[in-house]
Amino acid sequence: MAKVVIDALLARFPRIAADPYQGPGGDDVVFVRKDQIVEVCRFLKTDPGMAFNMAPYITAVDYLGQEPRFEVVYNLYSTSLNHRVRLRVKVPEGDAVLPSVCGVWRGADWFERYCYDMYGIRFTDHPDLRRLFMYDEFVGHPLRKDYPLRGRQPLVKERELTEPYRGPGAASPDQA
Amino acid sequence: MASEHDSLPVIVTRKDEALGALQQMVSKSLGWARKYSLFQYPFVTACCGMEYMTVGASRYDLDRFGAALPRFSPRQADLLMVTGTVNCRQAPILRRVWESIAEPKWVVAFGVCASTGGFYDNYATMQGIDRVIPVDVYIPGCPPRPEQVIDGIIMLQAKIQGQTHKIIERKALPIAGREPYEP
Ligand code: SF4
Repeated sequence: MAKVVIDALLARFPRIAADPYQGPGGDDVVFVRKDQIVEVCRFLKTDPGMAFNMAPYITAVDYLGQEPRFEVVYNLYSTSLNHRVRLRVKVPEGDAVLPSVCGVWRGADWFERYCYDMYGIRFTDHPDLRRLFMYDEFVGHPLRKDYPLRGRQPLVKERELTEPYRGPGAASPDQA
Repeated sequence: MASEHDSLPVIVTRKDEALGALQQMVSKSLGWARKYSLFQYPFVTACCGMEYMTVGASRYDLDRFGAALPRFSPRQADLLMVTGTVNCRQAPILRRVWESIAEPKWVVAFGVCASTGGFYDNYATMQGIDRVIPVDVYIPGCPPRPEQVIDGIIMLQAKIQGQTHKIIERKALPIAGREPYEP
């Protein structure tokens, strides 16, 4: 479906994109190197032949026991040309830091917060990298495979409501 | 050897008995009045809410038991129906809702999630709402059948009917911002 996209990616970024294959369901998948992910994404969004104007789903995977351990998966979709592509980015455990693609797709904001919350993968240049689901007092990252299955944490106090129309945490120091 | 003091306890016992009988009467009628006018606050967080709506709707009709009207402000309610999964992040909110309900108040844990955490035995879910608030009736089931809910309501009504209300010495209530009144 998106053979054109894969070919264009491989031709344009020969050192960065590699090992394309077609995943189950027919999506085309390609591995991208970690440091250049923003350039690849910007190309995919701005090039008229690609026009990936939407990032419907960005998530992470923990392959415990493998090296590199983590992987961030970008599922991209073009509403005008109706094609999809999936980028897989390997992230080593010791250096789980990735450039953020929020500057390319604004909607990537909460997906990256999710990856940070659940897997502890940090994103540089993210506008507001806080936990998305868990509370600030939570220790650890629950979707990591080595998080204890019954890891309980103490209940926390209710947070002060400083901005009644925007909810707790709206005026948190890391956003100011 | 009868003295004046020996007859005193008899009088005291009679007063106790009289008070006790009055107290029973008051308790009975108060319990009767309260058990048929349960105003619920639905704390609906998950799928059990569907079943809750069924119980309230015409087929099962909780109105037959006087528990028909959900109030969406805890200040107007006296039965807190915790219906669904409560996660750790929501626990303080549940606690605050329970605190803002005026006495007398009762709590029903609706479904296994609210009662014990259910099969969500994980990092995010609170393992039963009784970790933060006291619960009167637990209704098991995932989700419970409406008949089970009605059974739970009837059990709660029996409990309310059996509660005693102490007749106490009347005391002036302290007014906020002023010294307590000492007669
Ligand atoms: S008990 Fe079952 S139906 Fe009820 S909230 Fe939990 S999972 Fe949903």
